[in-house]
Amino acid sequence: MPVGDCLNNFSACLVRGGASPDIANFISILLGVVLVATVPLVTVIFLIWVERKFAARVQDRLGPNRVGPFGLLQTIADALKMLSKEDITPIGADRFIYNLAPIISFAAVILMWAVVPFTAQHIGADLSIGILYFIAVASIGTVKIMVAGWSSNNKYALLGAFRTIALLLSYEVPLVLALLVPVLIAGTMSMQGIVRGQLGMWYFFMAPVAAIIFFVANLAETGRSPFDLLEAESEIIAGYNIEYSGFKWGIFMASEFLHAFTAALLAAVIFLGGWSGPLAEQIPILGFFYLGLKTAIFYLLSLLIRSTVPRVRVDQVMAFNWKFLVPLSIVNVLVTAFLLKVIQTLGLAPAPDRATDVVANLPQTAVLLVGNLVVIAFALWLTRRGVRAERLAEMEHEEEAVHEMAHSHAAAGD
Amino acid sequence: MAVLNEWAFIGVFFAVAWVFPILPIVGAWLIRPRKPNRVKLATYECGVETVGDTWVQFKVQYYIYGLVFLVFDVEMILLFPWALAYKQLDFFAFAAGLLFIFLLADALVYAWRKNALEWF
Repeated sequence: MPVGDCLNNFSACLVRGGASPDIANFISILLGVVLVATVPLVTVIFLIWVERKFAARVQDRLGPNRVGPFGLLQTIADALKMLSKEDITPIGADRFIYNLAPIISFAAVILMWAVVPFTAQHIGADLSIGILYFIAVASIGTVKIMVAGWSSNNKYALLGAFRTIALLLSYEVPLVLALLVPVLIAGTMSMQGIVRGQLGMWYFFMAPVAAIIFFVANLAETGRSPFDLLEAESEIIAGYNIEYSGFKWGIFMASEFLHAFTAALLAAVIFLGGWSGPLAEQIPILGFFYLGLKTAIFYLLSLLIRSTVPRVRVDQVMAFNWKFLVPLSIVNVLVTAFLLKVIQTLGLAPAPDRATDVVANLPQTAVLLVGNLVVIAFALWLTRRGVRAERLAEMEHEEEAVHEMAHSHAAAGD
Repeated sequence: MAVLNEWAFIGVFFAVAWVFPILPIVGAWLIRPRKPNRVKLATYECGVETVGDTWVQFKVQYYIYGLVFLVFDVEMILLFPWALAYKQLDFFAFAAGLLFIFLLADALVYAWRKNALEWF
């Protein structure tokens, strides 16, 4: 058996070497797990540098530039420093849960990587319910905030946790409804199935509304500006992680950075075709490259928004979600479902053997795209109308107030 | 076997994912200094001593948002099988989905009209 076979089918190789099949199987799984779980760990060290440098350049600063070339080793220096810092558990904190929270936080983010298809062949586990797994694991992140906020025995932490839970719960609704659309189009929940469904045409062009909703909801889920209420420094100091110090605090931060990247990664997989690209099926390793490029689109966009947009108020965040995003995503699901049935009835979908052909995909893409554009136009029209009515009411209110003030001044003058 | 392997992978992943964050915490625990005192361990509250119970009553609004979320969360779980089988079903599937989503959009409209979505 050549060495290449050993790499592709490790357990068979072990069995040939004399191990029992069960143990060989377990070892090969464990090896795969460690391999997949190490990718995010290595990535996050680099990500923190990217994020700090990018935000700095956007805001006309230099960013880290002292440790190593371009400040690349800054994160490692920071990590070493945090390792040596005293760790404080405040009096009255629930010790066990208090220490558990950062661990939950990081584990929840790493777990998402289990279903990310890196290339045509390399995926942790191609579950038949990959999308559902992603949703389930992503919501573990909500638990960590409640746990951290509650166990810290600090009022700011608790208030921050309440706020964040309300925010995360709310934005999970449009997030999941947006994920429903690619499932409708692909007819499968497996991540590889969804990527393969996009070999002909990316879902971004078939379902732009869903892609945008997914992106915006993820900004909120990862606690990024303009939805970074969970760490409103001026109001609740730092929110749920106020009492944490040393490496536990570092883990909270690292998992936040990593979550933002993972969200962009999944957006790229679900809407921009993941590893697909020229020659990606013949040379699988190219898939890594394509996936990285596509992820960068979403990731850098979220960084740009983070470093430029101010924070919105908590009532505005809630109103935006429940009165705009949720109705929009419900309408979007219905419109997409309706158009898919129309496409099916008219026979516009490509034949199964031509599904990867771009030209064959054009008719159904055109129909879905037009439907999405109509949804966007309608939503914008409704919003503009609502905002205009609100502004007019506000102006009238102000005028009245000015009027009254003038009256009272006149009365005082007499 | 292949399917079982996928779930075995997830199982092992769950175990390993916990180990990764525990390792640096244990590492820090081994080398970090320990010099606690009363002031250092006090609950942080902008320099003043904290007053009263920490676990205060919370705004009822959070509870209402929680309820509305629950409605939609259950709805979405029931919608995924529908979406999965959608392409194999005939036009009636659309009508069924429409009806189901309308029942729940109704709940949103009700909450909206009852001012449950306002932040007071």
